[in-house]
Order: sequence, then C-alpha cells, then structure tokens
Amino acid sequence: MFGLDPAKVAFFAEVLASGLLSGVLYALVALGFVLIFKASGVFNFAQGAMVLVAGLALVRALGWLETRVPFWLALMLAIAFSGALMTGIAWAVERFALRKLVNQTALTLFMATIGITFVLEGLGQQLFGAQVYKLDIGLPRDSLFVLESVFDGGILLNQLDLWSAVLAALLVVALALFFQRTQVGRALRAVADDHAAAQSVGIPLTWVWFIVWMVAGFVAIAAAAVWGSKVGVQFSLVYVALKALPVIIVGGLTSLPGAIIGGLLIGAGEKLAEVYLGPAIGGGIEHWFAYAVALMVLLVRPQGLFGDRIIERV
Amino acid sequence: MFYREAGHFHDQYREDMAIFPIREDRIGIRALLAIAFVAVPLLHVAGVPPFAGDYLFSAVLIPLLILATAGIGLNLLVGYCGQISLGAGAFMGVGAYAAYNVAVHLPGMPLIATFLLAGLASAVVGLAFGVPSLRIKGLYLAVATLAAQFFLDWAFLRVGWITNYSPSGSVTAPALIVAGWHVDTPMERYLLLLAIAALVAFGASNLVRGNLGRQWMAIRDMDIAAEIIGIRPMQSKLTAFAISSFILGLAGALWAFVNLRSWEPYAFSIDRSFQLLFLVIIGGLGSIIGCFLGAAFIWLLPLAVESIPRWLSIPISADAASNLTLGVFGGLILLTLIYEPHGLARIWATAKHKLRRWPFPY
Repeated sequence: MFGLDPAKVAFFAEVLASGLLSGVLYALVALGFVLIFKASGVFNFAQGAMVLVAGLALVRALGWLETRVPFWLALMLAIAFSGALMTGIAWAVERFALRKLVNQTALTLFMATIGITFVLEGLGQQLFGAQVYKLDIGLPRDSLFVLESVFDGGILLNQLDLWSAVLAALLVVALALFFQRTQVGRALRAVADDHAAAQSVGIPLTWVWFIVWMVAGFVAIAAAAVWGSKVGVQFSLVYVALKALPVIIVGGLTSLPGAIIGGLLIGAGEKLAEVYLGPAIGGGIEHWFAYAVALMVLLVRPQGLFGDRIIERV
Repeated sequence: MFYREAGHFHDQYREDMAIFPIREDRIGIRALLAIAFVAVPLLHVAGVPPFAGDYLFSAVLIPLLILATAGIGLNLLVGYCGQISLGAGAFMGVGAYAAYNVAVHLPGMPLIATFLLAGLASAVVGLAFGVPSLRIKGLYLAVATLAAQFFLDWAFLRVGWITNYSPSGSVTAPALIVAGWHVDTPMERYLLLLAIAALVAFGASNLVRGNLGRQWMAIRDMDIAAEIIGIRPMQSKLTAFAISSFILGLAGALWAFVNLRSWEPYAFSIDRSFQLLFLVIIGGLGSIIGCFLGAAFIWLLPLAVESIPRWLSIPISADAASNLTLGVFGGLILLTLIYEPHGLARIWATAKHKLRRWPFPY
C-alpha cells in the first residue's frame, strides 16, 4: 500500500485509534470545564474531583442496589442517586462559594475551585471509602478486530472505548441541543456573552450558575462511568482533570466541539509521541507531551483552535 | 496606646527609610529574633517540655521555616509581580537535584556555596520557563507553568544523570558541615535554617521596597500602565521569575538536604506546588510576614486535625484523619478567600491597627 510496509501502517493505525479513543475520555472531562467556563468565567479545577465523587457515588450505590433489585433498575437508581448528589453539590457550590465570590478576580475563583476540590476529595472519600472500586455498567469490554480485509490481522480495538466514543458524541449532541434549543440554554449563552447585560434583562445569575454546575456534574457522571469502567473508580481520577487542562487550551476555552477535537488531538498526539518519540528520549513522555502542545498553542494561537478571542495579550 | 506611628521624629533619611521605621516594631522584631535564636535553643538544652526532645524541631519548626522561605520565593512572583505559577514545587526540585549533583561531583564544595549554586541552577530554569509570561498572563500562564511542573517531574524521574543513575530514583544528601560546624541535631539544623530564612526575608523585604520591587508591583497592578511610565515588562518579569526561582531552588535544596535527607522525585510533585500557592494566598499575597504566617498555618493545620481528636480521645482512623484534613483544608481555603482575601497578613495588620487605638477605640 503506497509503498509502505503494511504491518507498520497497521501498527500506526492501531496506535492512532487507541490514542483517539483515550482522547475521547479526556474530552469528556474537558466538556465539564468548558461548560462552567463559558457560563461563569470560572476556570473549574474541581472538575476532576467531581468526576471522582460522581464515580464513587455511582459505584457504591450500584454495588448496594445490585444485590437487591434487577441490574437495569439498580443502574438507573444509581445514576439517579449520583445525579441527585451532583445537583446537591452544584447547589452548595453556588450557594456557599460562588455567590460570596462575585466580582472577585479570575485567580481568586480558580483558587476557590481548588479549595472545592479538596473538600470534595475529603468528603467523597470519607463517605464512600477510598479503595479502588471496579465499575461494571454493562458495557461490553471485549476486544475487537476491524479492517481485517485491509491489514493482515486487522486492528485491535476495545469495544469499551468505542462505546465511550458513542457516549461522548451523544453527550455533545445533547449539550448542543440544550444550549441552542431550550430557554435555559439561551439564558446560559446570554450569561456567557455578557454577565451584566444578561442580568439586566432579568436572567438570575445565581440560578444560571447552579444550572451550569449541575450540568457539569451530569457530564462528570458520564465521564466517571466511562473512566470507571476502564480503570476502576479510584483517587487517580482526580489527575484526569490535569490532562483536561491542555485539552481545553488546545480546543479553546469556550468551545464545546473544541473540547472534543482538542481531546482527540491530545489523545492521539501523546500516544503517537510516546510510541514513536518516546524510545529516543527516555519514555514516559505522555506525562508532559500534552502540556508541551498546550504551551505551543498558547504561544502561537492563545485562544485555542475554536475559542473566542477573549485572551488578554501582554 | 503602646503602639503608635505618631511621635517618631526622624531627622535622618536613613531612619525614614528603615525597614521598621517604628520603634515598637524594631523592639518586637529583635525580641522575636532573640527568642528564636537564643531562648528556644536554651529551653531545648534546659529540657522545658515543648522544646525538649527533637519532635518540635524536626516535625514542626524545620519544615515550617523551609516552607516559609519557599513561600517568600513564590510570593515575589505571584504576590508582587502578579505572575501565577503552578510550578513552584518543580523549581524546588531543580534546586534539590542541583545541590545533590554539586555535592556528588564537586565533593569539596562548601555547603553554603552548594545551596547558592542550587539557587542559581533553579534561577536559570525559572528564567527559561518564564519566557511564556512575556506573551500570556493570568490563568493561561498558570497552565504554561504546569508544563514546567510536569516536564521537570518527568526529567527527575527519567533523566539518569540528574539522580546520578540511582535505580530507584531515590537519592541521599551528604552530611551537613558549614565551615567546620557539623549540623547534626535537629536543633542545630533549626538554627541554620532560621539564619537562612531570616536572611532571605530581610533580603526580600529590601528588594520589594526598591526599584525592582516597585517595577514588579506596577506590572502586577496594570501592565499596560506600567509600560507607559517606562517600565520594561520583559526585564522586570524575567527578573521576578529568576529571583523567585532562585529562592525556591535554595528552599528546595534545604528541603532535600536538611529536612528530608533522602528523597524521591515525588517530594517535588504538583502537590508541593499547590501547597506553596495556598501558603502565599492564605498568608497574604504581597506580604513577607504573610509567608511565615501562611507556612505556620498550612503546616500546623494537618497536625492539629490529627492531634485534636487524640487529645479529646475520640477514636479516629488514619484514613478518616487524612480525609478530614483535606476537607478542613479546602474549607479553610474557601473561607479565607471569601472573608479575608488578603490573607493572614491583613489580619495581622488589622490587629496592629486595633492595638494602636487601644484602650480608647473610637
């Protein structure tokens, strides 16, 4: 094929596919960031902790219910339980933190979300325990070979990753519809455009913040379900948030599709870099590769690929 | 009544320019230094309860002093120059590993020179990672400094010569000898650190009163206005990064050599960076004394959360204690940001203000 060694091409495709699919997972977390940043200008560091709490609530509720009611009902109830919990968190965050911090600088709000992160980590682990929990929400997890006609032996894919890609796509469509077609979504967009103007036409800011944190909480549940199925629900989910930061820098802080495309770029980029550049400079470079890309993007195109030009240059 | 700014008549410019222009402040700081340098060691030798034994020194005072020193370094950058950095832990790490390499490859190097070289190495690295600040600012810069944190974390772990090809990545510091003085016991280490911390605090408080400090504050308050009145942003931002990283590197070398003695790359992870950022925010952005108050706060709080249930004889598991510490810590950060955004230093200033009018407030 084009004079290339088919085995090498197949290997490249396999690395690319696994990178893209892990990029989908980053994108799921990044979506929550973008939602909150769009509506309130808050750089929400707590998204990772929200994923952790959502995951812990989901897995513990599911574990408790599974033995008592049929699986599908238990799953629904567990999702409803963690949804209720995320709603409560959204309410508390708005009521006790954000509302008291209006008119503070972006740095103060960012630090406040780090404070929220610690509170959520502490309380979440205290309430639900700190072990590694296996989460099985019934997604198929077998491996799958595709394109066997093109390449010898095909390309190895994980069904779980494919399902998470489907879930992410559905989530983006749902969020896009929510933002574009509903009255609440219109209010959210108005607030994102201009806080003062939105308030002057009668949109209650506090309520909008509550809604947007709640939606970010629901996105966190989706992210937790997928990440949890893949690696188990554990404390390290918090660090996923740190991977989502470069994703939104690349995609643009205010763009939902940007979060997805940024996630795909970062995911594919770091897997390819690890496989093809890693051996040359010592391996493990996926820990900082995403940040190096983000740094490059910041220097060349600070608003990211799809973001609004709101960045202040020096 | 006892503390007042009125009635101090300066007839020399020197007196007007002093760091502590008020006599009560001068007496207070001398008394504090005398207690720290003389009374505490004497009480230790005499065996008076909290000062007897090594616990107070090795578990409380030594880490606290180093963190305060590091906090001063970060505060110069974040509090005075307004450039947010989430890479402070990594710069401490650069200092620690630089000091280790100097100690390994140049065995005859005096300890103080080793620490200064560590600071210089960190300053060079800080300068390199400060370059993005010329183009971006605020939270975007914070993400850029995270790149420094993760890259340096990786380098400590993966680049062999940094740890002298130690297979586990764990390295051990040499014996501490300062000009023939073997700094072995925790009390002696405390004295060494106290001297360094006092020097750094003195230097930093002079620095921020001078030309450079005022340039930084002008940049922090409004960079465009600063540029218009003739301050070169590039020069002042890069000096802020360099000097801040120098102090952070020095503190990192101290943390590794004096506090930990043998350490792994994890000691300088992102958690350390957040700890330092909280230190300067809770202590007070743009305040030197705030660094000491903040260090005391963030170091003593977890100890208190662990000890208080024990004193009240409430059984509490180690897991619950660490979760509780996290929760209380986060809550206090929120409370500080909401009710006292200027940090503990502002509370200190308010207390002085109250004292001035005592006992006849109006």
